[in-house]
Amino acid sequence: MNAVPVQRLGRFIVRTVLNLGRFSVFSLQVVRISRYLPRRTRRLMDELYHIGWLSLPIVCVSGLFVGMMLGLQGYNTLIRFGAADSLGAVVGLSLIRELGPVLTALLVTGRAGSAIAAEISSMVATQQLDGLRMMSIDPLDLVIAPKSLAMIISMPLLSALFIVLGLLGSYIVGVIFLGLDGGSYIASLESAIVFQNDVLVSLIKALVFGVLVALIATYRGYTAEPHSAGVSRATTSTVVTASVATLIVDYIITALWGV
Amino acid sequence: MSESPIRDFLVGVFVLMGLAAIAYMSVALGGASYRGPGGLQLIVTFDQVGGLKPRSRVVVGGVKVGQISEISLDENLRARVVIDVDERLELPTDTSAAILTSGVLGNQYIELEPGGEEAILKSGDEIEFTQSALILEQMISRLVQNLGVDSPE
Repeated sequence: MNAVPVQRLGRFIVRTVLNLGRFSVFSLQVVRISRYLPRRTRRLMDELYHIGWLSLPIVCVSGLFVGMMLGLQGYNTLIRFGAADSLGAVVGLSLIRELGPVLTALLVTGRAGSAIAAEISSMVATQQLDGLRMMSIDPLDLVIAPKSLAMIISMPLLSALFIVLGLLGSYIVGVIFLGLDGGSYIASLESAIVFQNDVLVSLIKALVFGVLVALIATYRGYTAEPHSAGVSRATTSTVVTASVATLIVDYIITALWGV
Repeated sequence: MSESPIRDFLVGVFVLMGLAAIAYMSVALGGASYRGPGGLQLIVTFDQVGGLKPRSRVVVGGVKVGQISEISLDENLRARVVIDVDERLELPTDTSAAILTSGVLGNQYIELEPGGEEAILKSGDEIEFTQSALILEQMISRLVQNLGVDSPE
């Protein structure tokens, strides 16, 4: 009897569970060390600059063009039913509920999550974290916690900017290019959006995605193997894991909220 | 890393822009700042509310003055709608309410038509004169019936 496939399956399960366990312990450690963050405002500001401010151009440009695309597609579909005046509602709901938080999370994963993982894993490879430990500075405190918190703060803000730029983009296409009535665009947008059902869920999603991306990126970097292949592996697996996790968690939140 | 005033300023700008975007979504689009309960609460009973939903508009002469806060069934199995309108509004007691539709397939809303009484409605009062939503299917079936009766044998 050939037991190799069963063995492989067993090894896979053990490794997955081990990884999940390590990830949970790591997350708890980051949360616990975050109580020292008030001493690290300098570091936090630097990270906010790198993660938040430098992600601004890509998020704004993407938001604008996603909005323009939605405006064009929505217009072409709605005009068949003579309902082009509902363009604002269609674009607004899809941007606020789903596209804003999800696309922002994917963009920020690619832009900043990968950079976090690469930076931390190359610090591991060049034994900088060991150097910090020798000076009895906890790398979790100095490196990981500020990066994580900056990511968690930035994500809802970037997502909100993405949505507003998207609405502007679809306004430009719908009202200025295609000649819809600006008033009815805004009116259908305002009547379709409900704070508790749409805006609040959008912000919660962005916050959850921020936590996910932050912890996955720092965990992958922190546990990277200390050589150059380890750096590339950590960066790749950060982007893959964080993107897939974002999409799965997005479905779960949408389903739980009972839309 | 050293102090850098420009960088700190840019971070501040980023946070302010983000907060402004969140505020715009919540207040201007989501209507989070709406006065909510505490305005003038009126009760309107309809036979048929059609596609009316909570947070639909309430208008007087086409101007938005409030929104629907609750739709439920009363003990007589009629639809009981609680509307929340601007408390500065002085509506006469013989005000009537009608469910209208914006456009052919648009959203439904309640239009209030002020009457001529001296006394004004207070919070918790009921609007007595109501006109239910028009259901397209019912209208068509009624029309078909009438045509069937009128047609010569």
